[in-house]
Amino acid sequence: MHDKTLTELAAALTAGEFSSRELTQSLLGRIDALDGELNSFITITAEQALADADRADQARAKGEAGPLTGLPLALKDIFCTEGVKTTCGSRMLDNFISPYDATVVEKLKHAGTVCLGKTNMDEFAMGSSNENSFYGPVKNPWDLTAVPGGSSGGSAAAVAAGLVPAALGTDTGGSIRQPASFCGITGLKPTYGRVSRYGIIAYASSLDQAGPMARTAEDCAWLLGAIAGHDLRDSTSVARGVPDYREELGASLSGLKIGLPKEYFGDGLDPNVEAAVREAVRVYESLGATVREVSLPHTHHAIPAYYVIAPAEASSNLSRYDGVRFGHRCDNPKDLIDLYERTRAEGFGEEVKRRILIGTHTLSEGFFDAYYKKAQQVRRLIRQDFLDAFEDVDVLMGPASPTPAFDLGAKKDPVSMYLQDIYTIAINLAGIPGISIPAGLAGSRPIGLQILGPYFAEPQLLNIAHQFQQATDWHRQRPALGEENA
Amino acid sequence: MMEWETVIGLEVHVQLATRSKIFSGASTAFGAEPNSQACAVDLGLPGVLPVLNESAVAMAVKFGLGINAEIPEVSIFDRKNYFYPDLPKGYQTSQMHHPIVGPGEVEITLEDGSTKRIRIHHAHLEEDAGKSLHEDFQGMTGIDLNRAGTPLLEIVSEPDMRSAKEAVAYLKAIHAIVTYLGISDGNMAEGSMRCDANVSVRPKGQEEFGTRAEIKNVNSFRFVERAIAFEAERQIELIEDGGKVVQETRLFDPDRDETRSMRTKEHANDYRYFPCPDLLPVVLDQAYVDHLRSSLPELPAEKRARFQDELGLSAYDAGVLSSSRAMAEYFEAVKEVCGDAKQAANWVQGELSGALNRENLGIDQSPVTATQLGELVARVMDDTVSGKAAKQVFAALWNGEGDSADAIIDARGLKQVTDSGAIEAMIDQVIADSPVQVAQYRDADPEKRGKMIGYFVGQVMKASRGTANPQQVNALLKDKLDNL
Repeated sequence: MHDKTLTELAAALTAGEFSSRELTQSLLGRIDALDGELNSFITITAEQALADADRADQARAKGEAGPLTGLPLALKDIFCTEGVKTTCGSRMLDNFISPYDATVVEKLKHAGTVCLGKTNMDEFAMGSSNENSFYGPVKNPWDLTAVPGGSSGGSAAAVAAGLVPAALGTDTGGSIRQPASFCGITGLKPTYGRVSRYGIIAYASSLDQAGPMARTAEDCAWLLGAIAGHDLRDSTSVARGVPDYREELGASLSGLKIGLPKEYFGDGLDPNVEAAVREAVRVYESLGATVREVSLPHTHHAIPAYYVIAPAEASSNLSRYDGVRFGHRCDNPKDLIDLYERTRAEGFGEEVKRRILIGTHTLSEGFFDAYYKKAQQVRRLIRQDFLDAFEDVDVLMGPASPTPAFDLGAKKDPVSMYLQDIYTIAINLAGIPGISIPAGLAGSRPIGLQILGPYFAEPQLLNIAHQFQQATDWHRQRPALGEENA
Repeated sequence: MMEWETVIGLEVHVQLATRSKIFSGASTAFGAEPNSQACAVDLGLPGVLPVLNESAVAMAVKFGLGINAEIPEVSIFDRKNYFYPDLPKGYQTSQMHHPIVGPGEVEITLEDGSTKRIRIHHAHLEEDAGKSLHEDFQGMTGIDLNRAGTPLLEIVSEPDMRSAKEAVAYLKAIHAIVTYLGISDGNMAEGSMRCDANVSVRPKGQEEFGTRAEIKNVNSFRFVERAIAFEAERQIELIEDGGKVVQETRLFDPDRDETRSMRTKEHANDYRYFPCPDLLPVVLDQAYVDHLRSSLPELPAEKRARFQDELGLSAYDAGVLSSSRAMAEYFEAVKEVCGDAKQAANWVQGELSGALNRENLGIDQSPVTATQLGELVARVMDDTVSGKAAKQVFAALWNGEGDSADAIIDARGLKQVTDSGAIEAMIDQVIADSPVQVAQYRDADPEKRGKMIGYFVGQVMKASRGTANPQQVNALLKDKLDNL
């Protein structure tokens, strides 16, 4: 069962091949057997999952099942879940049990899905390797000495390892696409505003966006349909109808104009990754697409701009963790300043502190214009790069990450880690959608192809990804992890 | 001795009378159990997001229209970052660079009836913080977040005021505008209007401003006057003694009647303002603004002008009667019932205001309704009661001793006597009872008689229990005494 896609599982449940309870039990057993090593979950909600599975089976028996009823999922531990610990990968929230559900969690519950648990992540979504978690690093199911990517590393690893057929992640600078690429799964970052941010613990509010992570583009299309839409509780969500993304799958790619940004094929790109991406592009040509080189001239400014804007917003967003109302609180504070200082010194990890410091500095009097304001100007230029490119081509293609998954502990200095996101970060700054799909292997480590489209082009992106998955079987490759004992 | 000039600018925080908070659906009602009106958004829980309350926007725009301000098409919310236990998110959502209300002006009326225009730099929307409660908690501080997220309109004046009295007049004018507009209850005791005063002094004639001190949280008209007067005096003495005013925040202590230093500028916070990424810029289209403009009530300045021009009231009367919406509404209701603006003005400012002041009541707490007073004034005007008897009727109405002026007049027999036969009989009786005074009157010079007649009038009025028509009494008495 663990090998099936959401679509296949839904068919099996409908056909009565097994019940949601049996499916849930089987996956919980697999988590039990494998996740001690992988560490992809922070919290496993077995009891609640089985109760939800029973409820789903009853609904099915009564003929009241919807298309997603009884399907198991996992949520990155950044989504607030009522009555369930929601840590954001931080000691700061190790004791935080959310009193409410995020909008997307409400939607998934309403659709009858079964949540198996909360997945591991870089603390407050800050990281590209999942090594910044208070709960320890996650291992890549394809190679236990490699990182799964981050920050949605737990979700990516859990899907890749067959612990769960699909999961939700969030993507602020690549946090869905890069781990999807490292773990050989499909991950979509929707257009900013497509999915409600209400109840998603904020890292950088103008960049954060939730999206699906699954084995196929078809499954991602399905999940996106369930979580997308305008939310009155999120002013930045967009009042725009949600198409049936699965119905859009199937259109021919004949005449599709693909652009290859030359800046995405430069220095630092691993030759294996380049070869896999170029091969994938040839597959698209064989499907009727035409290819040309384009330029995104401000690409090299994306990382510096991001590391001004995201930490600035984060420094403000994370001010609420002060030990007064919820979360970690230091023992016996001697006064208010002591309460703040020790609570935050103890509660936050190194990378979070680093970004709070950067953000506090860049917003300070005398530095604001040179950093924050300049970065916003750069952001507009980056956005314009994409708008200009989409005048000439329908989509852009390139690598999701310059390398396949790197070794655990390999990247010690923060800047080399930041450079991991060179191909993903500009997309968040522009707010456009992007998807990463499996397109090859370098040894045992997967390679991801990234496809980018104009605002709200999710239907096209998903179809383009789906057509590739009809023509190739990279997405059907599975890591040989513990098959013998699960 | 050098002559000094005080320069004052005020920042007035007005709590807007929305039902729910500026960024959440929680109630804004005053006086609830601590933390019972703070939802997930107000608590700043992880993951929550603000949603702007449209009615706070409408109220702010109405204020802007009320002071003839520019209403910018786009305004932007910023985050003002600082740590404080009653500030749940660690930042206050406010408007720093693009406020919802641009430059405008307010006309104030001074005690001598003259007017002055005070420019308003801008007004912006922001959320209030919670309250820190230091009493009742041994070695700890209680935090009540009911107030957190209550919408405030901060109105920032230019430094256009030159005395504590002008500052009070300005504050009263703002109070009148916001209560007229119905955008705030203006209740200063409950903190619906709070004021920070920027005060500096300079030698008269000097153009350059002196160094200013900011006096925080002065929360009544009286305290504003006292705090500013004290602070100006303190600065003048300091400079005259060779000292220098430092830019600092000071706190007014009403018990000691002084201001004290809170923090100097060296320790000032860097609030790290930046645009709030959770809120979109507020874009107001012309139709929306026009719609609000058409819904504006008549404002104090317009009312004052109309009272003078159309009702023929004096500038002073018009000013007093338009000073608050409640006062103006009361006056206009009395005028409606009695049909005479001047009489209505006299009664509202005379007998009624006197009684209200004596018992320290606001006009909206008056035990005598406008209809009751209007009917009483009508009875004076149609000569049913004398002015003197009317005061008795008013007192009875005040004390709840009757439902209407007519009922009290009837019950107490206060109907004015205009029957000259009856009045003559009373006069004859008084003359018969006052032989000494009659003799003095007869012997007096004709010029002095005018004054002496007052005694007899008084006696007759007394005998009639105030019901005799005084003009008639006067005429008949004069006739009788002069022909004795």
